[in-house]
Amino acid sequence: MTLAPQRPAHASTKPGGINPRLRVASDAPRPERPAFKKSGKPNPAAHLSQEDIEALGHELDALRKEVMDSRGERDAAYIRKVIKTQRYLEMGSRALLLFSNVKVKGVRPAWWLGTAGLSVAKILENMEIGHNVMHGQWDWMRDPKIHSTAWEWDNASPASQWKHSHNEIHHTFTNVLGRDNDLGYGILRVDEDQKWSLFYLFQPIWHVGNALLFEYSIAAYDLELGRYVATKHRMSEEDKAEFMRNRDEVLQKIKRQATKDYVVHPAMSAVTGSARTTLTANLVANLVRNVWTNTVIICGHFPPGISTFEKTSIDGETRGEWYLRQMLGSGNIRGSKAMHVMTGNLSHQIEHHLFPDMPSNRYAEIAPRIRDLMERNDLPYVTGTLWKQSASVYGKVVQLSLPNKVEGRRRRDIVRLELTKAWRKKKRKLGL
Amino acid sequence: MTAPSIDRATPDGATRPRLGAHTDGPLGGVVRGARKVAEALATPLVPADYLDLIDPMRTGADLRGRIVEVRPETADAATVVIRPGRGWLGHVPGQYIRIGVDIDGVRHWRAYSLTHRADGSAAAGIPAGCIAITTKAIPEGKVSNHLVRNARPGTLVMLDQATGDFTLPTPAPAKVLFLTAGSGITPVIGMLRNHLTELADVAHVHCAPSGGDVIFHRELAAHHETGRLDLRLNLDDEHGVLDLVSLETLVPDWRERETWLCGPTALLDAAEQHWADAGVPERLHVERFRPSVVEPGEGGTVSFGASGVTVDADGSTPILDAGEEAGLIMPSGCRMGICFGCVLPMRAGAVRDLRTGDVTVHESDEPLPIQTCINAVAGSCEIDH
Repeated sequence: MTLAPQRPAHASTKPGGINPRLRVASDAPRPERPAFKKSGKPNPAAHLSQEDIEALGHELDALRKEVMDSRGERDAAYIRKVIKTQRYLEMGSRALLLFSNVKVKGVRPAWWLGTAGLSVAKILENMEIGHNVMHGQWDWMRDPKIHSTAWEWDNASPASQWKHSHNEIHHTFTNVLGRDNDLGYGILRVDEDQKWSLFYLFQPIWHVGNALLFEYSIAAYDLELGRYVATKHRMSEEDKAEFMRNRDEVLQKIKRQATKDYVVHPAMSAVTGSARTTLTANLVANLVRNVWTNTVIICGHFPPGISTFEKTSIDGETRGEWYLRQMLGSGNIRGSKAMHVMTGNLSHQIEHHLFPDMPSNRYAEIAPRIRDLMERNDLPYVTGTLWKQSASVYGKVVQLSLPNKVEGRRRRDIVRLELTKAWRKKKRKLGL
Repeated sequence: MTAPSIDRATPDGATRPRLGAHTDGPLGGVVRGARKVAEALATPLVPADYLDLIDPMRTGADLRGRIVEVRPETADAATVVIRPGRGWLGHVPGQYIRIGVDIDGVRHWRAYSLTHRADGSAAAGIPAGCIAITTKAIPEGKVSNHLVRNARPGTLVMLDQATGDFTLPTPAPAKVLFLTAGSGITPVIGMLRNHLTELADVAHVHCAPSGGDVIFHRELAAHHETGRLDLRLNLDDEHGVLDLVSLETLVPDWRERETWLCGPTALLDAAEQHWADAGVPERLHVERFRPSVVEPGEGGTVSFGASGVTVDADGSTPILDAGEEAGLIMPSGCRMGICFGCVLPMRAGAVRDLRTGDVTVHESDEPLPIQTCINAVAGSCEIDH
């Protein structure tokens, strides 16, 4: 298994100076951007000069200010309405499930309706509400009940750990190879520039498993479980203790979540003999939520046409360059208004990555302007329907399970060689 | 009269008494058990999050109120009548409440004196069971202008329980002087509406820019006419700004009177000196509302509350960096303003966003969470850490 890379230290601040990402411009000359990547793919930003990137940064700063300054009652009413709708939908669905075993003409209508409602409620809670509130998109309202510091979501991963791995690591180091663990979650190879290993040979299986168990894999991932397993023999006592604390926090959260969905709510339904059906309904709702969120999220950074970046390319990165990386490292989903809400507006992934703390209901209105800005600068604005984007990612997962094509070598020979090497190593270890 | 002991509810309801928490016996066990089940059903939210949707004014909820009426008093002052939630514990006349109002989607908290009858009966056009505050729109005053001009009946507002010790003692003193200016009349009208019959000898000096600016003018004049109160108006356009020396002619026996004073800071400071000079400082009771907010500047001092560290920082150093340079372990994350991992509550002062130049000023006693990685001190600020 490919393991999550080391948690980056706060290397973004230069000693004795201010974080370069706080400014659009740089005092020092910036390194050249190469025309081609290691895999041989062209660099879509190679044509931009330092001045172009600065101008782009200023334009995006101005756009951000324009929207942020216009936040008001309409936006506050929006998020409160979504929260209210979600909570009534959840209460209504759970109330229906109290009668989930009641059969009418051979079917259980309450089960079907309740499960569908609860699935939608869980998706809304995770995406349009939880994810966005935890991003601080609604902190400006100064309502302590809808605040990034206080929100806890209906998911196995505790808010605090999610905010660290998602808001901080993923959003700062988006698509930087070896820095952004979201790039394949440490178990998938979704870009030609990611190094191939034998582990990826079976990645279609990992991918489907990951989707089904998504909330638990997110929890394990936020916990950096992989890193712990790989490096615990050389971890300091302090780091180990921190891991243990975080682990206990995750286990507590999972216990509370599971008790709710798989014990207490089914027990409430026991009165009508619907305990078992309520349990299956909750299980299905959680699965639906897992698969849906996974499907939406893989469309954000993995479809073809989206760039990855070398670790060294972000040394001393300015705000302008960070904006550029966010635009090239994200992709959108085209769809209806309902579709956008159900994705938590992550269908506007490009806009979200440019301005992660902008209220999600405003992404749609700035999307045409971002697209225009990118087209003016000859940058690819990646978008497509959910079907197209997710199918392309599934295709990539299959395709990239094999190593990149190399001139004069057959891919199956590379795989065979690696298998032989691994087999020999294993034999040596076992003393055969 | 002693003020009831009141736990000030925090915004997250930490001091809210919980149902069954203090109940003994088998019933208490049942209530506690039911609460545990409700919590298990609602996690990761709390049952209140769902119950608040159905009845935000119920017993046990964070205290809220619904605006019933906004009644103009003068051209720039209005009384806001509010029906409080069932958790309302009542007040002692002269006390104030804090009220949280959403303006353009942003919640602002301010303190206002209560002007209704403490026994809950109807008076001065305020319906029974309602509470009332009276506010004067001050220039640049976001909340006061909103309440006077834009507040609409039906709006839900956040409330705190009443607090403050600007109240009359029991038994009431024989001779009383009320000295008020502008909207400083509000705690005093609260006392008058509740206690006027218990007060034998009341002198009232009230200052206002002009006759039209006197809040509750008709009500005060009526008391004056019936002789229950000796009202002396000092109108700036007629008499000039009140000189405390003129008290000798307005209320010659002012030194013998227990005095309650509420008005602008300059008047309060002058009066404290005046009463001290006369050797009777103990007769003066003053209501001082929060000192005015800081005037934003460039750079300044940052004090980190709990750790007791105070540092000087320039206008381009993020508060996060200033704290770390002083040796504090600060919560941090992306250091570019996107992850909200560095957010800490600001207790006082002002900060400037290094990306946009936007200034955020702390303006009430509600802690205001700010991102320390992109904000620099503007003047001075106090951070909880």
